[in-house]
Amino acid sequence: MASRSEPGEPATASAPVTTDSGIPVAPVYTADDVAGGTAAQAARLGLPGQPPFTRGPYASMYRGRLWTMRQFAGYGSAEETNARFHFLLGRGQTALSVAFDLPTQLGYDSGHDIARAEVGRVGVAIDTAEDMADLFAGLRLDEVSVNFTINATAPVILATYLVAAERQGVRYDQLSGTLQNDILKEFLARKAYVFPPGPSMRLAADVVEYASQLLPRFNPISITGYHAREAGCSAVQELGLTMASAVAYCEELTARGLGFDRFAPRLSFHFATTLDLFEEVAKLRAARRLWYRIATQRFGAADPAAARLRFFSGNSGTTLTAQQPLNNVIRSTIQCLGAVLGGAQSIHVMGYDEAFEIPSKEAVTLSLRTQQIVALETGVTRTADPLAGSFFVERLTDEIEARAEAVLAEIEDAGGAVRALELGIPQRWITEAAYQAEQEIAAGRRPKVGVNVHVSEDADGPAQGMELFHLDPGVAERQIARTRQRLAARDGRAHARAMQRLSQDAGAGRNVMPALVEAARAGATVGEMSDVFRALFGEFREPSPW
Amino acid sequence: MRPPRVLLAKPGLDGHDRGIKVVGMALRDAGAEVIYLGLRATAAQIVRAAVEEDADVIGISSLSGAHMPIAEQLLAAMGVAGLDAPLVIGGTIPPDDVTALRRLGVAAVFPVGTPLPGVVAGVLGLARLAGSGTAA
Repeated sequence: MASRSEPGEPATASAPVTTDSGIPVAPVYTADDVAGGTAAQAARLGLPGQPPFTRGPYASMYRGRLWTMRQFAGYGSAEETNARFHFLLGRGQTALSVAFDLPTQLGYDSGHDIARAEVGRVGVAIDTAEDMADLFAGLRLDEVSVNFTINATAPVILATYLVAAERQGVRYDQLSGTLQNDILKEFLARKAYVFPPGPSMRLAADVVEYASQLLPRFNPISITGYHAREAGCSAVQELGLTMASAVAYCEELTARGLGFDRFAPRLSFHFATTLDLFEEVAKLRAARRLWYRIATQRFGAADPAAARLRFFSGNSGTTLTAQQPLNNVIRSTIQCLGAVLGGAQSIHVMGYDEAFEIPSKEAVTLSLRTQQIVALETGVTRTADPLAGSFFVERLTDEIEARAEAVLAEIEDAGGAVRALELGIPQRWITEAAYQAEQEIAAGRRPKVGVNVHVSEDADGPAQGMELFHLDPGVAERQIARTRQRLAARDGRAHARAMQRLSQDAGAGRNVMPALVEAARAGATVGEMSDVFRALFGEFREPSPW
Repeated sequence: MRPPRVLLAKPGLDGHDRGIKVVGMALRDAGAEVIYLGLRATAAQIVRAAVEEDADVIGISSLSGAHMPIAEQLLAAMGVAGLDAPLVIGGTIPPDDVTALRRLGVAAVFPVGTPLPGVVAGVLGLARLAGSGTAA
């Protein structure tokens, strides 16, 4: 492990050397560090594609198929984001990942007073199914896999996507992709929640149940530790909290009478990959083994695919710095490598300019090129799980699995993921860890090149010479005008009928998806459909952190 | 003399609250009283709370890129209410907008990358000026 002292100074003998999440690291590891000897270790590992999937979900891993390169993208209106999609696919990206603006994420139409300042800023503005159809113009939805980072309004957005597919003549069973649909991590960390936890869980489960019947190639949920990690928690807490959420969703679904093997093969996961390379690789390997044990022991998974964890890796934005921004390219490359060594199914690499703006075209191209260089030039794809058997990595994998399980137990002792969130327990862990990290950076105990070590004074500011992204200021007005035209053109009676059915189904506790699809088909807006749920469920307010 | 009183809020729809919570904790540890209004606070809510709490400084955070219209609306609402507490902003703010915000009347801007001790010193410095009645 690298010295934590200033360059040129010897590490002080008294300072304990640990991973980023506080696991002690010895100067060297040997065969003696493998618990239970090599036979026990072989059982804990298995082979790639075989239980307990420690070594990867598929036998051939990247020899069989490279990971999916999926840069998160979206801004302005559907047309502008569609152009960005074509640009990325033209440069070798292999799937799409949609970023939505905050009004869309929170169920407001672009014309709403609270929405105007945010239209098209952190993602694309979607008001209707027609916007969704425009988003995929010139792309075949039976050919391109699409990830949707959408949670509180996930059922509404899924409905608009299904209607866009219908307009292309694509059948539901031909659709592939992932809907994030993980509302628990919104309460935990990402904070784009709308409705209270109880009804939110119901909506998330409605989507998974519906997809288990009609969308066999689509992942209807991506259970996510990424945002808790970005908000400040450790790798161990990230894994424990993700598993606590997974347990909560699976309990909600099995309580409906849905068989675990019916829906679990389509569960997907999302983890951060940060800079502590070996800890991250160990965490991702431990995640697969821990999920295998939970799926088989608690939920009685009989189909191995129901216990096989597949995940998307996002690089960490919080490891990147505003100072000396080109350094971020190197940070992102190491994180991409970590995700690959950890066996990711799809990867996003952060833009080096994201301390200032959403990534420019140049920055997003470089992110994609980073993935392509790691995939094609380094040879890391030639064999599955290349770090297996490393005394250090195996020891760390065992350690993280045990510690994450203890985090899960702590959440369950508090009453499970939903109750713990209501009590604010994991939120406090996250905030305290974030504060501690910032204090360590300020005190120089946690080295950040360009920030607290190897600092260079740049009188003109760190972004000098960088071509940053600029949002067209006319986007909100154009989007509002377009939606107004579309509302004027819709069949008022069909719309009213569909909205009435949506209210009735939602109120009666029926699965909301069929009514949402009908409403989206009839031209209902994201705001109108979300307002039905607002009226019925109310809105959540977070308790004060102090 | 009472401790400096800082009102913190996240206006707009952005939910990235790691930064503002860390700043709030650091200000508390530096001896300030911190009132945090939480997410999606409106300009009217912020102004009302600033009056009721007799805040010396108002601090807001935005990482969604909506900081320009948000600052304009808030400064206008503060003007109508006759509130002269200094307004400070942190978050993902590109260099050109730092200048533009200062020109609008924002007392200090702390973009991503500002060291935590710098944010604390900046906010407490403004609070002292406001508390002693010499603020502009």
